[in-house]
Amino acid sequence: MLIFIERVGPLATVQDLGRPGWFDSGVGQAGAADRASLRLANRLVGNPEDHGAIEVLLGGLALRADAHLTVAVTGAPAPATVDGTPVGHASVLELDEGEVLRLGLASTGLRSYVAVRGGIDVAKVLGSRSRDTLSGIGPEPLHAGAQLPIGPPPRTLPTVEFAPQPVPPEVLTVRARPGPRADWFAEPEQLFRGSWVVSVDTDRIGARLDRVDGPPLVRARSRELPAEGVALGSVQVPPSGQPVVFLADHPITGGYPVVAVVLDADVDTVAQARPGQRLRFVPDL
Amino acid sequence: MDIDWNSRIRSAGDRAMLVTLDDPRPVQRLASALRVHAIAGVQDVLPAAETVLVTMHSVSYETQVRRELVALLDRLDREPPQPDSPDVSRGTPPDTGVDDDIVEIPVRYDGVDLPEVARLLDLSVPEVIAAHTDTIWRCAFVGFAPGFGYLTSPDGRLTVPRRAQARTAIPPGAVALAGGYSAVYPRGTPGGWQLIGRTDLRMWVVDRDPPALVRAGSAIRFVELTSEE
Repeated sequence: MLIFIERVGPLATVQDLGRPGWFDSGVGQAGAADRASLRLANRLVGNPEDHGAIEVLLGGLALRADAHLTVAVTGAPAPATVDGTPVGHASVLELDEGEVLRLGLASTGLRSYVAVRGGIDVAKVLGSRSRDTLSGIGPEPLHAGAQLPIGPPPRTLPTVEFAPQPVPPEVLTVRARPGPRADWFAEPEQLFRGSWVVSVDTDRIGARLDRVDGPPLVRARSRELPAEGVALGSVQVPPSGQPVVFLADHPITGGYPVVAVVLDADVDTVAQARPGQRLRFVPDL
Repeated sequence: MDIDWNSRIRSAGDRAMLVTLDDPRPVQRLASALRVHAIAGVQDVLPAAETVLVTMHSVSYETQVRRELVALLDRLDREPPQPDSPDVSRGTPPDTGVDDDIVEIPVRYDGVDLPEVARLLDLSVPEVIAAHTDTIWRCAFVGFAPGFGYLTSPDGRLTVPRRAQARTAIPPGAVALAGGYSAVYPRGTPGGWQLIGRTDLRMWVVDRDPPALVRAGSAIRFVELTSEE
């Protein structure tokens, strides 16, 4: 069983839940930027939650089935068609042999997930099918003409037809805790005041933020921080004062202080924040 | 006087903790203890210069993992540190419980920054090479890129600053010094370290087992290759 990739948009990669356990070799976890959407896509088609699927940045993907396929699209609600007929988001879709699934540009969110019953069965690298864009480990990003093998169907069947998703609010609210180096800032709580906007140079490594309104983050200590491990969701503040929220492919060590860390559940929210989107941090104490 | 270990464990969100120890030696002891006595619920461990990052499989393990970490730190504090002198040739610090073979890295000492390093240290070039090859280096942590180990040496003689201007391309296999560390570049990347030599050993091969030649805790000896070899 194969699927044929006919077209890709800005970036489409194979992702699962990543490769934990390689810090001692300098390798981060990678995996789906929005893990909840990957899990949901897999559940919809009856797969185990950690099966490989396709992460699609800003739509533009077209794929063709060489045999009957069950698929689901979750995450950013990209308008989807099968042979030109619109189909539902976050619902179980059946593709017959030769039919083409196309994803347009979603009006909200950044990344859509396409799961196929049986999972994308490319070779694992260090125990995972995830593409790590920082270290270049894992399957190459998809290109037009690529063929992806599909694994054997799981023993479990889809149990629901669709999973309605709420529309994200105008301004995203992200819960965070004071970070391990909050004491390196004059007033670390400034992060929680006013709002931020996601900048254009945002990728799987991190979401960079600019101030919309509110005070800047000012360092209280100017000495250099010896490199230390940084966790997923860390809000790291380089000398420019422009914070970066670390996402799936973030470097595992860093030399700039972490003012706060986004709660694990809300990392997925940040991973779906598109350039120009506003967000507010609220303290989780 | 008992140390309040709890205050040394800083939250790094709800799925990770940063243990701040402010000194490389307890960092290495804690990291190797965590490799040997795995704490249930811990996903990964990242020792660095003065800290150990501990990540968890789930947010629900936080209380339990913190309690176990405090107990482990307390136990390590009460046990006398094992001698870990640079001249250990058996190479097995008793507290790791793992076989600790020394990785030998053959080096041609012809790096472009070697004369500058000698000048900064007020040594001759042969003295720099001798200092680099005479000691057992230990990998404190791996970061920056897969397989890029930050190697520390007990004598600390080869401490030089990074270059004022980073190079845009450093070839794989370059052997370098900066900030008290030595490292071998696993692949061609930009970098600001002082280059003293090169090796043909491949530090990172993704389909080799293990892919990283040098991992946190590894012991390393550099061996000089002369031009005839």
